[in-house]
Amino acid sequence: MFDGYLLSLILALPALGAAVLAFLPAENRSLLRNVALAACLAAFAASLLLWTGFDPSTSNMQFVEDHAWFELGGFQARYALGIDGISLFLVLLTTLIMPLCILASTHIKKHLKAYLCSMLALQVGMMGVFIALDLVLFYLFWEVMLIPMYMLIGVWGGQRRIYAAIKFFLYTAAGSLLMLAALITLYQYNVTPNFNIVEITGALSDGRISIPEGTAYWLFLAFFLAFAIKVPLFPFHTWLPDAHVEAPTAGSVILAGVLLKMGTYGLLRFCLPLFPEIALQMEPTISCLAIIAIIYGALVAMVQPDVKKLVAYSSVSHMGLIVLGIFAFNLQALEGATFQMLNHGISTGGLFLLVGMIYDRRHTRLIEDFGGLAQVMPRYAVFFMIITLSSIGLPGLNGFVGEYLTLQGTFLANPVYAAFAATGVILSAVYMLWMYQRVFLGKITGEANRQLADLNLREMAVLMPLVLLALWMGVQSSQFLRPMDASIQKVVDRIEQAREPQSFRVENLGR
Amino acid sequence: MLESFWILLLFPLAGAAVNGLCGKRLPHKLIGLIACGAVLASFLVAALAFVELTGRAADDRLVTVSLFTWIEAGEFVSRAAFLFDPLSAVMILIVTGVGFLIHVYSIGYMHGEDGYYRYFSYLNLFIFMMSLLVLGDNFLVMFVGWEGVGLCSYLLIGYYFKERFAGDAAKKAFVVNRVGDFAFLLGLFLIFREFGSITYLDAFQSVQSSYPGMETGFGILSLITLLLFIGATGKSAQTPLYVWLPDAMAGPTPVSALIHAATMVTAGVYMIARCSPLYSRAPETLLIVAVVGAATALLAALIAIGQRDIKKVLAYSTVSQLGYMFVACGVGAYAAGIFHLMTHAFFKALLFLGSGSVILAMHHQQNIFKMGGLKKYLPYTWGVMLVATLAIAGVPGLSGFFSKDEILWQAFSSPQGHPLIWALGVAVAGLTAFYMFRMLFLTFHGQERIEMGHHDDSHGEDDHSHHDAKPQEPGWSVRGPLGVLAVLSVLGGLVGLPAWLASTNQLHHFLEPSFHYQFVPEAHGEHSHALEMGLAGVTTLIGLMGIFVAYTAYLRRPHLPEQVSQRLSGLYRLIRQKFLVDEAYDAVIIRPTHWLSKNVLWKVFDDGVIDGAVNGTATVVQIWAQQLRKIQNGYVRSYATWILLGTALLFAYFSYFAA
Amino acid sequence: MVPTSHYLILGAILFAIGSFGVIFRRNAITMFMCVEIMLNAVNLTLVAYSRSFNQVDGQIFVIFVMVVAAAEAAVGLALIVLLNKRRGTLDVDQIDTMRW
Repeated sequence: MFDGYLLSLILALPALGAAVLAFLPAENRSLLRNVALAACLAAFAASLLLWTGFDPSTSNMQFVEDHAWFELGGFQARYALGIDGISLFLVLLTTLIMPLCILASTHIKKHLKAYLCSMLALQVGMMGVFIALDLVLFYLFWEVMLIPMYMLIGVWGGQRRIYAAIKFFLYTAAGSLLMLAALITLYQYNVTPNFNIVEITGALSDGRISIPEGTAYWLFLAFFLAFAIKVPLFPFHTWLPDAHVEAPTAGSVILAGVLLKMGTYGLLRFCLPLFPEIALQMEPTISCLAIIAIIYGALVAMVQPDVKKLVAYSSVSHMGLIVLGIFAFNLQALEGATFQMLNHGISTGGLFLLVGMIYDRRHTRLIEDFGGLAQVMPRYAVFFMIITLSSIGLPGLNGFVGEYLTLQGTFLANPVYAAFAATGVILSAVYMLWMYQRVFLGKITGEANRQLADLNLREMAVLMPLVLLALWMGVQSSQFLRPMDASIQKVVDRIEQAREPQSFRVENLGR
Repeated sequence: MLESFWILLLFPLAGAAVNGLCGKRLPHKLIGLIACGAVLASFLVAALAFVELTGRAADDRLVTVSLFTWIEAGEFVSRAAFLFDPLSAVMILIVTGVGFLIHVYSIGYMHGEDGYYRYFSYLNLFIFMMSLLVLGDNFLVMFVGWEGVGLCSYLLIGYYFKERFAGDAAKKAFVVNRVGDFAFLLGLFLIFREFGSITYLDAFQSVQSSYPGMETGFGILSLITLLLFIGATGKSAQTPLYVWLPDAMAGPTPVSALIHAATMVTAGVYMIARCSPLYSRAPETLLIVAVVGAATALLAALIAIGQRDIKKVLAYSTVSQLGYMFVACGVGAYAAGIFHLMTHAFFKALLFLGSGSVILAMHHQQNIFKMGGLKKYLPYTWGVMLVATLAIAGVPGLSGFFSKDEILWQAFSSPQGHPLIWALGVAVAGLTAFYMFRMLFLTFHGQERIEMGHHDDSHGEDDHSHHDAKPQEPGWSVRGPLGVLAVLSVLGGLVGLPAWLASTNQLHHFLEPSFHYQFVPEAHGEHSHALEMGLAGVTTLIGLMGIFVAYTAYLRRPHLPEQVSQRLSGLYRLIRQKFLVDEAYDAVIIRPTHWLSKNVLWKVFDDGVIDGAVNGTATVVQIWAQQLRKIQNGYVRSYATWILLGTALLFAYFSYFAA
Repeated sequence: MVPTSHYLILGAILFAIGSFGVIFRRNAITMFMCVEIMLNAVNLTLVAYSRSFNQVDGQIFVIFVMVVAAAEAAVGLALIVLLNKRRGTLDVDQIDTMRW
């Protein structure tokens, strides 16, 4: 129906929403909210068309749009969009999370209009990162996304919001600059007529572009650092707990649900296909960091007194598993990792939503302030339980499928890594269930907890989609895995090509 | 019918969903009806399928149904597919049959509890998960059930979640199980790597072709089986992971009967029997299984002697009996293990339900030293408990005798067996008889020491409103299942009569197709029926001795135990304190990890080292900026000086290099 | 004929005098005059080169500089006079309202 400009439409809808918001009176809060929500829902509906129209049999980019953007001294930047099996579900995840976040933002009173505009701008940025094919466009969106997030934390955050916002900004900006440097260097070697990631990957793999190994090493490192900070991979993770704790609920949800995925998405889209040889060389180091992240994140999560911080550290642990899977270089691990990206968006996003709901009521997030909530808020306890189980990878829910495939793939690549990583299975149960026990079970502690109201309809409407999705993805997993197959197989083939002995490439050059 | 056996999964799932989602608004009677009806429907389907299966030729008794593709990534495929073969048929009958009886029992037992609907919803969910576990046709579906029953166990142990100990016990059960699952998962990964499939039949065919005989030394197969076995030690409460089961008694008694005695904890035994093609080729692991089983049986039996809580006695007894089953598996007698699993399901469920009846009558008093003489008030309960106790003690003619005897015989005679394991088993049989009769005598006989429980002791706000001083027999829904289980406890052994009594062992014969891919080692030397009979006689004698000692110590001379315990105070205290295993885990693993995570990893490393580096970078930049700022002092002439100097430098530079 | 280098050296000396005056004197008028000396030093240099290369560009440039310098003198002197009226001093170190 919208063939040819569906992606632009998805990109434009939130931007349009923000533009409309700018002209609405700031006093009419419900109108503002409804407009923002409508824009997000429209984008979500449009993105569903992507899924129905997606052809799982090809690894080529689909829904491609390619127009000239600007030209500068022979350099041509293009407005090139497209998705493949890797980005499809990340786009859907983004468009799904956003309306839920808007719906969960009723507690925002300060500068509501600016808040909603920031959210919508953020959505544009995030969507852009996942669908941009032109590297200049990609970098533009990558930076665009940074600013609204900085504002969300810095303006609508908690006590130490300024510290957290600046920390977040500087960490990410450091990574971004490295990436910019890498992009410029990459441009020097580019022989294709434009700066399109697909074409450059293709040209690199058939030898039209050749980058000396030393340079490739630095390029890989620059890209990797940019993405590792975003993931965040140990030891670049300390911005995350601060940002999560200070960010408003919706900010945390987006941060965990979508923003972190950009790091792992970048690894899959850039680091592996562009520099497979270097990726193979660096794999032991990166895998070790990932394993440290898994265990370290889990252990530190276990002793956190603040629920939000606990969930933040659990993110470090989960994202470590994803990185480990990506650097296992086989189909099972890569599909598992991609699937796990979605899972993490749902379960951790859900956990942050849940924490936000209790924070709205009690204005505290310290575990010790709670106890026996299951008696006062039974519905809340049930939702929390389900999302917790999804997070700790209970079979039948989504988390298990991603975790299992990732670990299975990692095991095929290196059993020792998998053995270490699998301890996360134990530790995640420890910290999540211990937290659950202290917050929900036992006798009701404190008068304030006795008066708490259970979830209302709006809040259940926010959580329901996530819970249903967790179940659906856990049972009908192959529906989500099949569209990924071709695209991920392509990445795997690229790696395998680099793994081949030199003879293969000589023959290739002769051709 | 047989091809659509999988619909039996739907009933409990639907029951759980209905009760879970709208049970709050349903009347209690309807909730009970839905839950029991769902399990009964499952049982009937299973029974029909079973009958049909027996009508088929022996080599045609494997029915696989694939519903949909669950996970697919390259060569890795896991389908939502189910296998109905003799082994899963026996298991599903036990699960749904005993499960149904316990559901009915629960109607009476849980009467008036708040969260009635929640309870039945969890219970139905458990039946569903357990059915997945035993019916799955690949390792991953089994694992879904495996973890699923763990979840239900978690939810049901924590049923009285207002109490701190219930939450603790629930979490402990889940986490300890996860430790086992960790190894189990690694086992699965290895199976896929080695055999290229996680479907039972594919993997078994592959192992059969690549390992025509036993593996020599400790190789891949031993590693796989060992990892799976570690998973089983978690689920089936074996050393060193048995610690969660006694604590799990915090859950309602029917739950202890269903999950922590009859079905879930036996999943490990089922798993090993299912994987017998792997285990039978890995002698190294088999030895470990047998030794761990025997050691657990002994350890738990010893601890059971010192327990005062009626349910704790039964819990340790369960651990001990599970040890027997693992001994059976360890000596390669998988069918014997399944046989004992079945009879144990009957008599242990009966014991737990009977103890539930006592607990109900005693208003949630669980200390056997505060009972005594209850036979007078609870003659029916006493009767069924006596039957079950005789069965577990191995008195000839009852079900426990046949199954236990078969295990001991196999431990003695099979190629993988050893007289030492047999001797351990016999010793445990004596201990079992002793502590079971100790419990029976203290509860039902002797002096009346009745102290009714206070409701608040174990439950939160509890609605049993009968405050009469005298214990009373509970209602029909409690007594009915007790009766049925009592009959089964007596007659259950008849399906597996030993060779010296019957020409064919029915159960063995029936299970054979499931063990098709198993490797059967050559037996060295024939053993005579006379020897088998003689050994059975020895075991029986030891058992009777145990009963006699219990009789002497707790009925004839009630002061004897005290004197003995004073004489052996060190040993006695160690037994009373359960060999301090929990404390050891706490001191060696839990506390150090917690301390390390909090004080080193978080406070020092995360906040100190990494954030220190990050913030340090910022601070260094700031200090430099402070210094550099001084150059920009606001005096035009100083700027002019800098400009001049700069120009001069540039000038000098260019005139020097231009030359 | 005077060689070009002489003009250039004179220009350099004048420039140095001017810049030292700007840097070391505090009186606004003196500083202003020193700036003018610097400008004229540059003018001299430009004219000298212009003559030496036989190109008229330098002289045209000098005319421009003189025009701008005249305008600057008008504005600058007016500022200095006003400053003197307001503050009663011409010491630039005292006039530091906008200095941080």
